[in-house]
Amino acid sequence: MCTVCGCGQGETKIEGEHGHAHPHAPDGFSYVPHHAHHHDHEHGPEHTHAPGLSPGRMVQIEQDILSKNNAYADANRTLWKACGLFAANLVSSPGSGKTTLLVETIGRLAGRHPLAVIEGDQQTSNDAERIRATGAQAIQVNTGKGCHLDAHMVGHAFARLDLAQGGLLLIENVGNLVCPAEFDLGEAHKVVILSVTEGEDKPLKYPNMFAASDLMLLTKTDLLPYLDFDVEKCIEYARRVNPQIEVLQVSAKSGTGMDAWLAWLEQGVAAAGKQA
Amino acid sequence: MSLAEGVLAIIEDYATKSAFTRVKTVWLEIGQLSGVETEAMRFCFDAVTRGSVAEGAALEIIATPGSSWCMQCGETVPVAERYDPCPRCGGYQLQVQGGTEMRVKELEVE
Repeated sequence: MCTVCGCGQGETKIEGEHGHAHPHAPDGFSYVPHHAHHHDHEHGPEHTHAPGLSPGRMVQIEQDILSKNNAYADANRTLWKACGLFAANLVSSPGSGKTTLLVETIGRLAGRHPLAVIEGDQQTSNDAERIRATGAQAIQVNTGKGCHLDAHMVGHAFARLDLAQGGLLLIENVGNLVCPAEFDLGEAHKVVILSVTEGEDKPLKYPNMFAASDLMLLTKTDLLPYLDFDVEKCIEYARRVNPQIEVLQVSAKSGTGMDAWLAWLEQGVAAAGKQA
Repeated sequence: MSLAEGVLAIIEDYATKSAFTRVKTVWLEIGQLSGVETEAMRFCFDAVTRGSVAEGAALEIIATPGSSWCMQCGETVPVAERYDPCPRCGGYQLQVQGGTEMRVKELEVE
């Protein structure tokens, strides 16, 4: 158990941190538990749960299982808002082309905004190295046995970045369409990336992720002529689980649709800058 | 597994505050649309609580039904899955209202 913030020992590793050191940002990155109400009460005999056994004392909890993560996410969100940062959490299956898309995105943004990437993978810093090769700042978080980034590890990783006011923070989550849906990192938007080499029914198979996202990026569209992927059907499925979801079709390889994606990001950066 | 660890973290917080040393029963409220597999939760709960105040505690899962607001019908309708259509009009203009809960509701302790 970490004595600074009470996090479990786990196997999470953040590049540049030895073991489980804690460079907490001094400006408010601390966990404040919010127990709205909590009261103990003794139950009377009518609440005997197991006949013949004396009933135990009942403790009312009424607390969200993710409340700890959500408190960290709120702290991240407050900090990023104060910095005028636009943060997007990119989620997808493994192999959807997230890193390739990011590399191409960074190249096209050509230094127009301060930018940093937090890379989440179970193991290796290959992705962070690919991002750094573009000249952008990147930090790798290895989740070990964990299958998603959580707000606590992202807060620690962010503390190691040096991102100027009004920047863009891109968080590439662990490739997984299940668990990252439930873990708020403090981002402005979740962006779900689905490549056309996958099934068009993924929005129905993994509905929570598509419901949690504000934008669906259909990637690798240059391959559409060789595939049976039904784009219209896929969009229809995504809107079944999330009628509000925006959809953009992109190919990092051919460049088709990249302008619309960059415009979406720049709109976010501009809005976040105004809020600060 | 992280969710089970979240449950244990909440229990441990309360163990100090409410001065108990053993948990006999844990009631969780898990929404039908929450994406939590209750069998996986049971398995992970047993694994993570070993050696803790909640070791051997019974896990009671209260499933709360899914419901959505149908924009076309203008009312709340029951849904079993996120991709289900409105049972009244067959449309998909639905806004999830209930059934996404993942809460620790109550503990029986001693």
